[in-house]
Amino acid sequence: MIEVENISKSFGALDVLEDVSIEVRDGEKLAIIGRSGSGKSVLMKHFVGLLQPDSGHVYVDGEDLCCAPYEQVRHLRMRFGVLFQGGALFDSKTTFGNIAFPLRYFSSMTEDEIEARVQECLDLVRLSEVGDKNPSELSGGMRKRVALARAIAMEPQYILYDEPTSGLDPETSNTINDLINHLAKELNVTSVVITHDMHSVLEVADRVAFLHGNDLEWVGTVEEIHECTNPHLNSFVKASEYTIDEASATASLSGSSV
Amino acid sequence: MIDALLSPLRAVGKYAILMGRAFASVDEIRIYWKNLFIQMVRIGIDSVPIVALAAAFSGAVLTVQTAYQLETPFIPKTIIGSIVAPSIMLELGVVIAGFILAGRVGARIAAELGTMRVSEQIDALEAMGLNSIGFLVLPRVLAGLIMFPVLYVVSCVVGIGTGIFTGHIGGFLSVSEFLKGARQFFQLLDPFIGFVKSLTFGFIITSVACYKGYYTQSGAEGVGDSTTQAAVLSCVFILVADLMVALLLL
Repeated sequence: MIEVENISKSFGALDVLEDVSIEVRDGEKLAIIGRSGSGKSVLMKHFVGLLQPDSGHVYVDGEDLCCAPYEQVRHLRMRFGVLFQGGALFDSKTTFGNIAFPLRYFSSMTEDEIEARVQECLDLVRLSEVGDKNPSELSGGMRKRVALARAIAMEPQYILYDEPTSGLDPETSNTINDLINHLAKELNVTSVVITHDMHSVLEVADRVAFLHGNDLEWVGTVEEIHECTNPHLNSFVKASEYTIDEASATASLSGSSV
Repeated sequence: MIDALLSPLRAVGKYAILMGRAFASVDEIRIYWKNLFIQMVRIGIDSVPIVALAAAFSGAVLTVQTAYQLETPFIPKTIIGSIVAPSIMLELGVVIAGFILAGRVGARIAAELGTMRVSEQIDALEAMGLNSIGFLVLPRVLAGLIMFPVLYVVSCVVGIGTGIFTGHIGGFLSVSEFLKGARQFFQLLDPFIGFVKSLTFGFIITSVACYKGYYTQSGAEGVGDSTTQAAVLSCVFILVADLMVALLLL
């Protein structure tokens, strides 16, 4: 379980998070939503110790990430797989090299075992044939899936997804959402999805946390969203629905013109 | 105003912490030895042609100009060798190589790490549990410390060699006159000072570039800024360090 306790974070004069508390329960899929710049990614980076809060604590399985020495933080990070917004694939390595990278440094696998594991991960993200390609030869959606394959290579306990569907077409977004659900079920991992894509939230999440104005304003289940009385969340959801409806209308228009 | 004054101090502190963390992870180099070897090739071996080219021209020009300035029957020709060889060993061989490498190696390291920073590749390394400073910074700085003295030797050998060759071909002095002059005033301190300078410059160029690259911000523009600053700052610090080493050791 990940427990975030009253964390605050500022960058210079800019307050990003103020007294935020939340817990991520084992095995659940938590979506953290909010407008761009609301601090979703900053919050996610605290989960894995990439950022240190100005005040407050982050506990991973009871161990405090904020007070732990660097070696212990590194050890705790091995329980995580992180899918970064742009994939963050190492462009000096092939797809195979990217997925094999953590295995080479952190496992005692032989080269044959690594090869088998990489192929297994590529199969899981349904990209069996791209092992020898460079990241620059892959499309945006494929890059994200390769990054996901790298994130699951070490069989993590937690997977953090930072905007997994941003910049992707609806079909590829659905593929990514399916993958998140599939991996959560297959690997029994705890998932945290940072997104502003309500489609993705509805497809994936068990619970939803809404960040607004440096603060966590609402936490509840997906079913509870439409009954909530928080005006900011209602406005966010309404804007998303409008966008969804507009996208559907555009899609049907372009479909009819063909 | 106060912020503008404190900013360089903060940068020095941040740089010192980065270097401290890099050298604190030196025991992990056995894990990253492959990366060290790759950096030694990229920083050292790949720089040999450009360093040799610069050394060749500076050795040749120095010989021609020294011969021109001492063109009088009262000064023996061997003096040309006595001036050219120590000048290359003490100053030209290492400073010219330093300037070239500040552009070639410094800019490359800053651009590479800067791009990794803005594309979250450094965060990805950290999130995996890897010590990104140990993995990225330490091998580059160590490779600089190991390979710059080697490049200094290349620079001296090629510079003095082309000096001898130019003196002979241009009819200024014979090979034996050059070598006699070079030996006449040779002191072991000269190559030693050059060696110390090469170590210092190697550290300056790689560490400044790593610092600038590792802490890059603001996308492509930030990478451009880091690259330029790494090259310019390295050149400035090379000049300062050149004087300091000379004052301390001469």
